[in-house]
Amino acid sequence: MPEIDPITLAVLAGRMEQIADEMDATLFRAAFNPIIAEAHDASHGIYDAQTGDTLVQGKSGLPIFVGVMAAAVKAVIDRGADTPPQDGDVWIFNDAHIGGTHLSDMRLVRPYFRDGKLFCYLASVGHWHDLGGAVPGNYNPAATEVFQEAVAIPPVRLVRGGEFQQDILDIILRNTRLPASAQGDLNGQLGALDLGVKRLDALLEEYGGDTVSRALTALTDRAEKLMRAEIATLPQGRWEAEDFLDNDGISDVALPIRVALEVTGERLVLDFTGTAPVTRGPVNIALPTSIATAYVAIKHVFPSLPANAGVMRPIDIRIPEGSLLSAEFPAPTGGYTETILRMIDVIFSAAAQAAPERVVANAYGTINALSIAGRRGDGSRWVMFSFYGGGHGGSADSDGLNHGNAPISTATIPPAEILEAAYPVMFRQWALRPDSAGAGAHRGGLGAVYEIELLEENAEAFLFGERGKFAPKGVADGGEGAMNCFAYEQDDGWHQPPLTSKMVGMTLSKGQRVRLETPGGGGYGPPGERRPEAVARDVALGYLSAEAATAAYGPAWREVRI
Amino acid sequence: MSTLIGVDVGGTFTDVFVLDEVAGTARVAKVPTSRPDQSGGFLDGIGRQVRDLGGVATVVHGTTAGTNALLERKGAKVGVITTEGFRDVLEMRRRDRRATWGLRGDFDPPVPRDLRLEVPERTLADGILHTPVDLEAVRAAAATLKEAGCRSIAVLFINAYANPGNEAAAVAAVRDVWPNGHVAASHEVLPELREFERFSTTALNAYLQPEVAGYLTRLDGALRSQGFGGEFLIVQSNGGVMSVETASARPIRTALSGPAAGVIAAGHIASSAGFENVITGDMGGTSFDVSLIANGQTALSAQTSIDFGMVIRAPMIEIATIGAGGGSIAWVDKGGLLNIGPESAGSTPGPVAYGQGNTRPTVTDANVVLGRIDPDNPIGGKLDRLDVEAAREAIATHVGTPLGLDPLAAAEAILKVANSRMAGAIRLVSIERGHDPKKFAFMPFGGGGALHAGAMLAEVGIGRAIVPRYPGVTSALGCVIADMRQDFVQTLNTALSALDEAALTETISAHLTEGAGLLDSAGVKFEAREAIISFDMAYAGQTHTVDVTVWAGPAADARAPKTCEIAAAFEAAYLAAFGRLLQGGTPRILNLRTAVIGKRPKFDLSTLAPGEEADLAESRKGSRPVYFDGAWHDTALYTRLTLPVGAVINGPAILEQPDTTILVEPHLRAEIDRFGNIILAPRETADGA
Repeated sequence: MPEIDPITLAVLAGRMEQIADEMDATLFRAAFNPIIAEAHDASHGIYDAQTGDTLVQGKSGLPIFVGVMAAAVKAVIDRGADTPPQDGDVWIFNDAHIGGTHLSDMRLVRPYFRDGKLFCYLASVGHWHDLGGAVPGNYNPAATEVFQEAVAIPPVRLVRGGEFQQDILDIILRNTRLPASAQGDLNGQLGALDLGVKRLDALLEEYGGDTVSRALTALTDRAEKLMRAEIATLPQGRWEAEDFLDNDGISDVALPIRVALEVTGERLVLDFTGTAPVTRGPVNIALPTSIATAYVAIKHVFPSLPANAGVMRPIDIRIPEGSLLSAEFPAPTGGYTETILRMIDVIFSAAAQAAPERVVANAYGTINALSIAGRRGDGSRWVMFSFYGGGHGGSADSDGLNHGNAPISTATIPPAEILEAAYPVMFRQWALRPDSAGAGAHRGGLGAVYEIELLEENAEAFLFGERGKFAPKGVADGGEGAMNCFAYEQDDGWHQPPLTSKMVGMTLSKGQRVRLETPGGGGYGPPGERRPEAVARDVALGYLSAEAATAAYGPAWREVRI
Repeated sequence: MSTLIGVDVGGTFTDVFVLDEVAGTARVAKVPTSRPDQSGGFLDGIGRQVRDLGGVATVVHGTTAGTNALLERKGAKVGVITTEGFRDVLEMRRRDRRATWGLRGDFDPPVPRDLRLEVPERTLADGILHTPVDLEAVRAAAATLKEAGCRSIAVLFINAYANPGNEAAAVAAVRDVWPNGHVAASHEVLPELREFERFSTTALNAYLQPEVAGYLTRLDGALRSQGFGGEFLIVQSNGGVMSVETASARPIRTALSGPAAGVIAAGHIASSAGFENVITGDMGGTSFDVSLIANGQTALSAQTSIDFGMVIRAPMIEIATIGAGGGSIAWVDKGGLLNIGPESAGSTPGPVAYGQGNTRPTVTDANVVLGRIDPDNPIGGKLDRLDVEAAREAIATHVGTPLGLDPLAAAEAILKVANSRMAGAIRLVSIERGHDPKKFAFMPFGGGGALHAGAMLAEVGIGRAIVPRYPGVTSALGCVIADMRQDFVQTLNTALSALDEAALTETISAHLTEGAGLLDSAGVKFEAREAIISFDMAYAGQTHTVDVTVWAGPAADARAPKTCEIAAAFEAAYLAAFGRLLQGGTPRILNLRTAVIGKRPKFDLSTLAPGEEADLAESRKGSRPVYFDGAWHDTALYTRLTLPVGAVINGPAILEQPDTTILVEPHLRAEIDRFGNIILAPRETADGA
């Protein structure tokens, strides 16, 4: 094929990105559950007809889906090998072991035809509110098999040659506590795929299939070239880093995550040899998730890279077989967020040894999925399920952000007033957590304190968190952030979960509280290089106590008048 | 008393539009914006065109004083008094971050932590009082903040939208110990659910109040001292005007004052010319701002972020912005792809051709190299001539060589990619919102928009473009015609079936009465008074609401709707938005919104039309070569303002006027309508019409 001219290429790059963005926007508007509508836990894109590789992906979806979606499309290609895809098919599945992430993410994959020939795939993924399993919302820290997490659906055709298979939908809807929400989200995802088809039709009409497919090839090649150019700016060598998960939610054993980062010319190796084996509890992740996570970490280090499979070509990712980073069915994967956050942390820690100014210190490193559930006076069921924020890491540019969202997500937190209006709870505190930032020339961001009081007679609480035993690390000699700290009130006083940040079935009575103190971010650079004025200001603002300031930075700040 | 004056103060220029209704004449002036005090330029601009302010009935001002204070963080020292446990809401935001990728950057809140004090008090979400406010603690906090040098105070209590009792008592106590016009409670500014958005809006209002109120009072005084006896009004972000008194109390409503006036003007110009559907495109130095007006109605959005973490929730003209302006830099990345922006050379140092030190090529440089901009008469009058050779060289070095293109092809490539991005912004506000752009006209304004109008027609499939007679002063013209408007909101947060109709009636009538009072006290004559009553609604469990309008018409006939009327309107609105209803779903009302509008008389735009002396032949100013589609074309040049009504000019042609350049590409033709607007259309469409 002749090479595409650079002007058409630049124009088509923007047009195709806009199609994926528009698919995202369509689902966000139409979705019923707030995890998609508010937290944007969804993604859309265009994928290669033969390999499933990501060609274009929307900018507004969840970062972790960039990359993991290709695995979903590949799974459908493999499934359909015997029965070739037809125009008008739509596949549906949530099986995390072949599609990545966790069972809450429902994937829809639609082959796109042009002149009777398969041209590419369109896909949509969204986090559904509930898919059965032992715990409402499917964050079950005590699961030892996927069967206790949620119903698992392998890739099947929900629509066959344009004909909707109601019986398949009936099976899915019978396996959720919230069928109306599921139905609403599914409609939104189908709508987004319809829209993608319509927009692609128009684009291909305008430019011709040949030009567009040459543009897609060129964009992938270009992404590879960009990645190679970025790698070439790093020094050559090999750097190692290690960190730990507190435990797997079942037994109290720390789990090492290890990485060796090696730069050779324009190639980069990420080798996770030495990482803990598959666990009984749900902190495992499947191979596609591990690959996608490496991509997220790389893109945070090199933010201008495009969302396209070409980026991954110069990168070797070595995941040891049998490790918790390549779990197989039916090992539980419900807590995948915690493990991928730790993978990102170790990649940052290793990269910081190579090029500290390119890297941000560790962020708070846990999603803290807290749910409180019960029945109201009138017998109706309520489930308050949310993720909580923490501090970001310091960088060469600035201190870390106070109370940010997780690096794998762009989700915002619902306002306290929305939660109080919807559920029988009262927030006693919604505040920054003093003394939680990692010290450094640029300190980390502060974590948060959330204290929640129950206003109904009884409720049960569930928590899936991490960083209760291993603090977020600094880089370039920066200090550690504070660890996660959770406590709940009982008749005889305050208690802490035996597994620090994971627990099911805590029972609460009216007036009792839970208190979550989230980690701060790690610091950047030696604390001794922080300006005394900045330390004095942190003390004056109450970010830092006087004792902690002197312990971390010495007494010089006391001489500063502000 | 027949003179109306509109003044729009922008970042670079202050534009003045003077309309004498009796004489039927309009005059414009453009002067540099004065800094830091914008009142100098304001008065200078008026002085250029009007000697005696005694004959002026109304002065309407579109201002960026508030926006600049927010962007440059030059507001007042504000103190916050808030609910125990919630001191950090302003700083914690909604747990977002600056950019999806990169994780860098921190956030300095507009009110630092040591000026945010907590007091014992608590109201629950259903409005039940949990802990009465400790007024002693409030007084002590106010004293501490006063001592610390605060100039304004925001009282921010949790759930105050549901029951303002505690907050009202606290703010009264503060005013008691510290009588000061710059004390406000969150329920007074925005009685709406969501604490961060409400607190941020209230705190930023307090942040702006001393500065903006002082500026407006100074201007008012200066006008009066020169004999002005009429009304002085300020344009709000919602496209309506308000009195100086209201603007001084709610400066937060001026955040998009100038751009809103531009969109209002565009709507009026387009509908007078027979286009009820128009997409506006304002091309400035760093950005391209797009708005959509459908059936004469401007789209409003509920909130905006002035900067990271600086959220303002108030109805505003919806504007989609992309970073592709005349100063946007064209560059080739390491992967060999041509990009435009987001980095911009702005107006200083500006494009390479300005010769002020920038060496990286911009969109304007591409226009210069291709002959589309006259290098000997630069717009704005600050420069004598443009350096074409330097622009060509920059394009060759930074774009041509890396892509293997000659400088002219590289310049065309820059325009092609920039046009494609601008077209993307137009698709965003039209196709993505369910509108068919073929049914719209495109109206460029700002200095650079009219160079790209033809490309927008071709790229998006729009039938016509309409270039107003004075595209460079559109916002100032909008000031003169904007209606007076007051918006009210109250969170109800109830199932529709549980709606308290009596309470609703009371709230709506309070809104209408307060709105009518504000119109009365402004001392402005209105043609008509209108009201809009609407609700933000969704099914239970859904978080995105749809706008359900139940009344839009004469204010005198507005009344509270019955539950069944709201239900019917909700179904119609939901169906229009999503195509299907949710069977068995429970409709809920989140907010009530009421708007009271005083329609100001619109002047006849034919006042602006070219006079008898206009003549096609005399407007012809020779020709110059302009590069289109790979070849130089000898292109006719015209002086735009002297083209007569009905004149038709086939492309290629360039029409020049002091504040803009209009490009008529070879496949287009331009026609002067009876108002002096230029209508651009493809030759075949225009011929067939």
